Amino acid sequence: MFDIIASAAANLPGITGYIYPNEYELQWGLLIIIYPYLTGLVAGAFILASLERVFNVSVLKPVYRLSLLTALSFMIIAPLPLLAHLGHPERALEMFLTPHTASAMAMFGFVYAWYLMVVLLLEIWFDYRQDFVRWSREKTGLVKYVYLALTLGATDISDKALAFDEKIGRVITIIGIPSAFLLHGYVGFIFGSIKANPWWSSVLIPIVFLFSAIVSGIALVIVIYMVSTMFRLKRLDMRCLNKLAELLLYAMIVDFSLELLDFIHRLYESEESIHILSEMISSRLFVSLIISQIFLGTVIPMVSISIARFGKFPAEMRRLSYFIAALLVQVGIFSTRWNVVIGGQLFSKSLRGLTVYKLDLFGLEGLLMGVGLLLLPFLILWGMTKLLPPWPDVEEAAEARPALT
Amino acid sequence: MKERPTMHRREFLRNFSRKIPTVLTLATIPIHKLAAAVEGEYKASDHAYAMGVDIHKCIGCGKCADACKTENKVPREPHFFRTWVERYVVPDEGPARVDSPNGGINGFPEQGEQNDVLRQFFVPKLCNHCQNAPCVQVCPVGATFTSEDGVVLVDDTYCVGCRYCIQACPYGARYLHPTKHVADKCTFCYHRITDGLLPACVEVCPNQARVFGELGQRSSPLRRLLRFNDIIVLKPGLNTEPKVFYAGADGEVR
Repeated sequence: MFDIIASAAANLPGITGYIYPNEYELQWGLLIIIYPYLTGLVAGAFILASLERVFNVSVLKPVYRLSLLTALSFMIIAPLPLLAHLGHPERALEMFLTPHTASAMAMFGFVYAWYLMVVLLLEIWFDYRQDFVRWSREKTGLVKYVYLALTLGATDISDKALAFDEKIGRVITIIGIPSAFLLHGYVGFIFGSIKANPWWSSVLIPIVFLFSAIVSGIALVIVIYMVSTMFRLKRLDMRCLNKLAELLLYAMIVDFSLELLDFIHRLYESEESIHILSEMISSRLFVSLIISQIFLGTVIPMVSISIARFGKFPAEMRRLSYFIAALLVQVGIFSTRWNVVIGGQLFSKSLRGLTVYKLDLFGLEGLLMGVGLLLLPFLILWGMTKLLPPWPDVEEAAEARPALT
Repeated sequence: MKERPTMHRREFLRNFSRKIPTVLTLATIPIHKLAAAVEGEYKASDHAYAMGVDIHKCIGCGKCADACKTENKVPREPHFFRTWVERYVVPDEGPARVDSPNGGINGFPEQGEQNDVLRQFFVPKLCNHCQNAPCVQVCPVGATFTSEDGVVLVDDTYCVGCRYCIQACPYGARYLHPTKHVADKCTFCYHRITDGLLPACVEVCPNQARVFGELGQRSSPLRRLLRFNDIIVLKPGLNTEPKVFYAGADGEVR
């Protein structure tokens, strides 16, 4: 990644071999890298939340609501980079109003809408409903009415009603798991179904995307859980954290194996494109693929989690190790998205040459805009945790009080 | 013997002068308009357009790429092309060397003395107007479509500028228009062909290396080219079913 930025700074043409004249301009840049990165985090965080709910992994309870809110915060921002990169954003709604049904991209709009409206919002609403009712009675001032509005008029919190909430929430989660798989698998399909591009065109891409999504989602929740607990001056639930680290490790093993399989498969098949792709990996993508994605983002975190989780270390050491591993995983998954999106455009479809990606600092496709889009979900999450506290100690405190019925 | 009717000179001149306005009026109407008037209104479903390119005839002058830019107001910057010309230099050993400086518009630089050249040739490239067009398939709003006469077009009042079609095109035939912010590509000069004219690139080719015509008409020059030559299409393995046919191109051309 950084060698490309450096070459851009030096303003070198950097093109080797022959590329079609229309290929000088890269079509998809930083915004389109951010988009699958964000949706991956959404799907991953949601799948993590589902584990607690559907498979009764009760040690994950401390992060259940946090995962859901994380998914929602990132989901709200995910379409922004897509919208911003359109030549005519004012026509974006046409994708919903007059969709071309044969287009993978058009249908994605509906997958997204389904996931946001039917799965995420409903699940969060059912989970928080009794709290909305309770808060609307306890709080004063404007906030009281905000909570009252959020109940949507459903203020019954009798045992029967709560049992119903629980049942529906479970059903939504069960629908939600395949939906989350669909959401990010579909993002992979948008790339994987482009037969013109040998770097993208792979039947494994949707599955690789899915597992990398789970990896990134779990790692993100680890980071958010650790940082938020630190700021709230609370104690980390080590059992929960250990479980998260374990799950992260397992997901990484599957993800890495799939990517290796894809890599070996390509090498062994050795199709027409193999020469230019090998050249691209060993030159243009060396830093972002070999160093950033594989070494920093995969191997080091896997080793450090394995040692920290299964070795005999003090809790402090473990926490530090998990935290650094989770941060490195984010670097790795971001590099994965970079390598897919940018890698797919660095070689010419004539298979005879390589080009470079020039990342600007300013502008719509610039670095600052990218950083802003990556920080925005955290801002939304912060706001959301104020309105809908996801912390288990808050819940427990509420449960300890006599029920207001 | 029957006597021929006679016309005096004066009578002839009088008749002729009366017809002058009609003759002059007709002379100002382009011949293709007259033909169209005779044939009736343009009906897309009656046509199936395609193009043939005879590699042996292309001299790499780049007039086609230049004319295309003028005719279709394609941005003059060097990286936007609806059509361009590639030069292939195949050495005795190793991969072919390919270039297309400014799409070939200014011709190709001399290569100097080269002893290892096995063969070299020029290949004009353009949108292949695929029967099974990936760009049409992926367009999320249907702004890219195949017309009834077999031409792949972009509705620039509808295109959202997502660039998915550019990614899906295996031939690099599309670009994002820098000022209109929509996908743009060769239309076979749709505004000309529906008027009975040839595409600009075909019109200006000094060597008739490009042959445009009706795929369905047995008598068309295009059918003649297809009949008497070994024909390939580009990247046949992708099953796009291109409608630009290359005569005399070899496997090096991608």
